[in-house]
Amino acid sequence: MQGIVRNGVRIDESFAEAFPMAATGLIVTAPTRKWANQAAATATGYATSVIGCDCEAGVDCELSEEETPDGRPGVRLLFFAFSTKGAEKALVNRVGQCILTCPGTALYSAFDGDVKIKVGDSMRQFGDKWQMSKAIDGRRFWRVPVMDGEFFVESQVGVLKKCVGGGNLLIMGADWESTMRATEVGVEAINAVPDAIMPFPGGIVRSGSKVGSQYKGMSASTNDAYCPTLKGVTKTALEDDIGCTLEIVIDGLTDEAVRVAMRAGLKAIIDMGPEKGAKRVGAGNYGGKLGPFHYHLKDLLP
Amino acid sequence: MSSFTLTLRQEPPQRVDLSALTPDRLAGKSVADIEKIEIGATRASTRVGDVFKVAAGDLKTLRYEGGSSRFDLVGAKLLPEFSIHVEGDVGLQVGRLAKGGRITVSGSAGAYAASGNEGAHIEIKGDVGEMLAAPLAGELGGMSGGRVVVRGKAGARAGDRLRRGILIIEGDAGEDLGSRIIAGTVIVLGETAGRVGYLNRRGSLVLAKRKDFGPTYMDCGPHILAFAGFFARGLKADSAAASALLTGKLQRFGGDTAVYGKGEILTPA
Repeated sequence: MQGIVRNGVRIDESFAEAFPMAATGLIVTAPTRKWANQAAATATGYATSVIGCDCEAGVDCELSEEETPDGRPGVRLLFFAFSTKGAEKALVNRVGQCILTCPGTALYSAFDGDVKIKVGDSMRQFGDKWQMSKAIDGRRFWRVPVMDGEFFVESQVGVLKKCVGGGNLLIMGADWESTMRATEVGVEAINAVPDAIMPFPGGIVRSGSKVGSQYKGMSASTNDAYCPTLKGVTKTALEDDIGCTLEIVIDGLTDEAVRVAMRAGLKAIIDMGPEKGAKRVGAGNYGGKLGPFHYHLKDLLP
Repeated sequence: MSSFTLTLRQEPPQRVDLSALTPDRLAGKSVADIEKIEIGATRASTRVGDVFKVAAGDLKTLRYEGGSSRFDLVGAKLLPEFSIHVEGDVGLQVGRLAKGGRITVSGSAGAYAASGNEGAHIEIKGDVGEMLAAPLAGELGGMSGGRVVVRGKAGARAGDRLRRGILIIEGDAGEDLGSRIIAGTVIVLGETAGRVGYLNRRGSLVLAKRKDFGPTYMDCGPHILAFAGFFARGLKADSAAASALLTGKLQRFGGDTAVYGKGEILTPA
């Protein structure tokens, strides 16, 4: 494939294709960092792709005691779904299962958003009529008695309707180790970008997919063009020197957040160079049919 | 542009009803028109011009230069975005049924201050009379929103039938603080007297000083509450001492069990 070369890394003249999603943000706090992170890990678990689960979620950033609303360690989580309704359903389930139950936690809306969805309002009945409502500076909360004290939860959280799901980078290298090294520095760089998350395990997907399958009823299947083990037998997109492909998928609150995240990831991967890291970087798209957001790699180069 | 100013010429000869003098109601009126507004509370006529020297200005802020305990209903039904400052005392029902905005009084206020307040931020540097934030006779609910900060003492039955909103009393509170409180929060940094939280339904009373709350309040033990930590941050701007009170461990007394038992009194543990 013809391409641009930066620091010895080949960059495809391709683009990542993303689609609109609704997103909501939560700030979860706990008495200690350990339990804030535990709540975050549990609440965002199994939230990798809306194709297979209820939402895409991840940790946007950790918050210090000074940055949280109640002066305790916290995390800012982002949840993405296809619709406001979908986001509400996923959130109520996840908050009820993973944050209400997690020792010491309290939950706040991270932003006002375009519309509100009920979260605390759905949790309050757990209090069995012992719950107390508190209206503080125009925001409403519920204090739900639980066995370690109280679960303090904001009654409603904001949803932003015009967010972006599916920004991505395909990282290709000689073998698993070097490709992983490059992908990990990419993930680390993107982690520092606000308003963007990488919902897959550790931010990385190994099973990039194509649309459709040879089996009936499967809507997606392995992206064989990028599978190094099929290089000889399928219509491959990989050159001889590529032995592994990994993908970073990015959801962002704004088009700009995804752009900044992809740029940061790309820069980190290019800076590492082809000897230690990736030999080539591409992006996944469906020819422009999937969504209105297109991120051309050539525009994002450092 | 300087604020719209009403300078006191002399103590009014009778109680005056200043509810007509809110920024939104004065908009579009000339100084001459304003001076003609009848504010007397008896059959003897008293007009704005008799009591105040009126200086037109930006109506976003209305300023009283000089106050009096005969000034009733200052800032009644005040709307959001407007503010009123009184350099001196006010009489009854300051901020009555205010929808929002900000009222500051450098002196003291009479009874029924913030009665039925729906959202205004009211600060009184001196003392307030009895029935702070309470409903008038025949009304079912007291203050339903906003925040009231009293730097001095409050009279009896502060927070009676409070429904929503926050009262901060930095001095002492009179008898029967938070009587019949429905919900909302009252913080008192000084002493309290009488039956505190009498018939409290779901309200929170936060008291710097613990006393015997009677047999209808049950000790629920010491706790660190996320709610208190969050609340403390929001109080800092209004009262550093109230904020500090909520930062530590709090002993929770549940009650009043003579009604639902769903209210509480919190004191430092």
